Amino acid sequence: MEHRVVRDLSDLPSYAFGPRMTMWWGTLSFCLLEGTGFALALGGYLYLAFVNPDWPLGPPPPLFWSGIFTLLMLASLVPNFVIERAARGENLFRVRLLLVVMSAAGLLVTGARVMEFAVLPVRWDFNAYGSLLWVILGLHAAHLVTDVVDTVIVTVLMFTRHGFGRRFSDVEDNAFYWNFVVLSWLPTYFVLYWVPRL
Amino acid sequence: MSETMLEPHAEEPLDTDLPDGELAKRLATTWGTAGGIIGALSTVDHKIIGRRYILTGFLFLILGGLAAVAMRLQLAVPDNSLIGPDLYNQIFTMHGTTMMFLFGVPIGEALAVYLVPLMVGTRNIAFPRLNAFSYYVYLFGGLMIWVAFALNIGPDNGWFSYVPLAGPEFSPGKRADFWAQLVTFTEVAALAVAVEIVVTVLKLRAPGMTLDRIPLFVWAMFVNAFLIIFAMPAVMLGSTMLILDRLLDTHFFNQAEGGDPLLWQHLFWFFGHPEVYIIFLPGTAFVSAIVATFARRPVFGYPAIVLSLIATGFLSFGLWVHHMFTTGLPQLGATFFTASSMMIAIPTGIQIFCWIGTLWDGKPIYRTPLLFVLGFFFIFVAGGLSGVMLASVPIDTQVHDTYFVVAHFHYVLIGGAVFPLIGAIYYWFPKFTGRMLGERLGRCHFWLAFIGFNVAFFPMHISGLRGMPRRVYTYPAEMGWDTLNLISTLGAALFVVSFLVFIYNVAASARGGDIAGDNPWDAATLEWATTSPPPPHNFDRIPFVTSREPLWAERETLPVVTGLAVDKREVVITTTTEARPDLKESSPDPTVWPFVSAIVVTVIFIATIFTPWALAWGAPAAALVMIAWFWPKSVEEDK
Repeated sequence: MEHRVVRDLSDLPSYAFGPRMTMWWGTLSFCLLEGTGFALALGGYLYLAFVNPDWPLGPPPPLFWSGIFTLLMLASLVPNFVIERAARGENLFRVRLLLVVMSAAGLLVTGARVMEFAVLPVRWDFNAYGSLLWVILGLHAAHLVTDVVDTVIVTVLMFTRHGFGRRFSDVEDNAFYWNFVVLSWLPTYFVLYWVPRL
Repeated sequence: MSETMLEPHAEEPLDTDLPDGELAKRLATTWGTAGGIIGALSTVDHKIIGRRYILTGFLFLILGGLAAVAMRLQLAVPDNSLIGPDLYNQIFTMHGTTMMFLFGVPIGEALAVYLVPLMVGTRNIAFPRLNAFSYYVYLFGGLMIWVAFALNIGPDNGWFSYVPLAGPEFSPGKRADFWAQLVTFTEVAALAVAVEIVVTVLKLRAPGMTLDRIPLFVWAMFVNAFLIIFAMPAVMLGSTMLILDRLLDTHFFNQAEGGDPLLWQHLFWFFGHPEVYIIFLPGTAFVSAIVATFARRPVFGYPAIVLSLIATGFLSFGLWVHHMFTTGLPQLGATFFTASSMMIAIPTGIQIFCWIGTLWDGKPIYRTPLLFVLGFFFIFVAGGLSGVMLASVPIDTQVHDTYFVVAHFHYVLIGGAVFPLIGAIYYWFPKFTGRMLGERLGRCHFWLAFIGFNVAFFPMHISGLRGMPRRVYTYPAEMGWDTLNLISTLGAALFVVSFLVFIYNVAASARGGDIAGDNPWDAATLEWATTSPPPPHNFDRIPFVTSREPLWAERETLPVVTGLAVDKREVVITTTTEARPDLKESSPDPTVWPFVSAIVVTVIFIATIFTPWALAWGAPAAALVMIAWFWPKSVEEDK
């Protein structure tokens, strides 16, 4: 079939930020499906809490490490927000600095999560309550570790010759996903730590 | 916005600089797949991956079909001893598992992988490496379960693997674990493709393809991708809990320790009911495309069909409990799910009336693809009506777990998915291969399939009403089910013959069929604007869409856009609603790392069946290969 040129796109840029990029939508789609996983896991918890007359079937998990974890997660939103802006501004120095901060923050919260597992009052094989506690925390920890590893890699990447152009957009997407890791924690925290205390 | 961002690629040759013949050659080199085994394993071409997906899906259809043949032979006569109860349990489980997880879901996505990028007028699917990864994960998962079956460790608890039967107490050994891991494999693959389809439809549409110009095929695949995104996590979570109960002594489904077997049913059917629509919506995609082309007019009621697809998507999540009516639910809950189960017939009915209206107002040409669509109307509507019957709690309670249910869902699934799929293969085979399938053999195929199917499955309604339970390996002669079962087996034999005709037609036509040309059916959508089969880059220039039926609106010349790079892979990114051109994003080059990652993930998934520690030592290995996959191979990719 013969072609009829109606428009020339030579001047279009090769990358941008946020919803203009495919990666942003890909990340959002993964957030949707993983968010569904969290919602269902918490739904499963509430279902078993509903069918068991004496819930929880063990002491509620302690608040110390989980509280530190939650506060650190919330605090990390600040540098995470700033890094998104620095990435959009393609400010390499600030992006590098803040990526180091975010990597450190990620390792710190991972440490808090490890401590949390050590003090859980019920083992996974003790009863269904323990199973839920371990698996839901494990599900969130898997997301946490994945994003921390990703952050460390992006940090290294931005210190190499690849640290320019659309890699700034990758930094922004990584920060976007971190928001999901934090936000998915809040309902998880409420259900696992406060519902048994209600 | 920075300056680097707005800088055009002045130094790279653009398609505006080259004459037509030279342009096609250069683009084919840039987008092509290298030769040799490494080239084949590295390809990220959505058409090559899509073709592999389609062939693999049909391979599993044949395997699942052979399992069905074995069952029909066993049930042909009463007190038969051809197959013993243990093997029979494995066979019906393999049949259901294969048809649902390895054929039903992947085949719809397979056609989407091949056709959606062509229909929206782009050069590759979004995240093409993820696409390659998903295919290998799917293939390896399918091979794993069939090898397990060959080694007599095939799953034997039915395709929904109910606990406590599938739990550690009543299913020792590894059979149920293989089933649970198969679910993990297939869901990883399905979710990856769903994300690719969503992003391809939102961001890679050709300029001018506004939301109301998206082909109905693409709308159906788009809604379907969302169903997958929201439904599949439920079964992944459930199967993970099941394998943990079996391997790590957790108690999710153990009533004695605070768990609940019904939690499994809720999680499974929260996925399992949308699953039916995940299998059916691609069928509607095929029907919409075929009806428009062969009625010679646009589909009547475009907005009504799009809204019906979306409504079906939402409603499909409100029905899952109708699979659990006999578990002693509160009456109010059961009533709600009866109402919602009946309600979903409304959007489905609207679509069927729109298609019938299109044919009524058009000038239908009764070629093989349309015959299969007509077969779909008859069979699917019959299945839908028995579905409305089953939505009623008293009827469901009577016929639960009988052959009436088996008849119902085969009418829905084979009618709603397989008949449109076969029509789709007749319709798009010319695009895939450049050759037409034989029409005379196609008609023969259709009538054998239509008669064979009905002879096989209609009697099951009656055997079910006469009390024959599903999943029994034999029955005594005194039950009076023997004649009906013999008729079913004869019908199944005819159905098998129809598929043999199909396989012969495909094999013969692939080599000696009539040459198709670009647009043999004079169809309206963009996949027909390019050669058959399409070149590696799909289109020499990206189309500019001016109408919902672009090729009917622009019969003389195709409006196109220019200004894309020739020597590097570039796709046009458009805005989500109005499809205004926004960016020229680079598209990933071939690489073998997705294949390597799929192998590592496969080893981890299979090893976790035997030791949970596999996850601990496997995770760093998986992380390493994925870093190798994602790490930029040149600074060109960073621009």
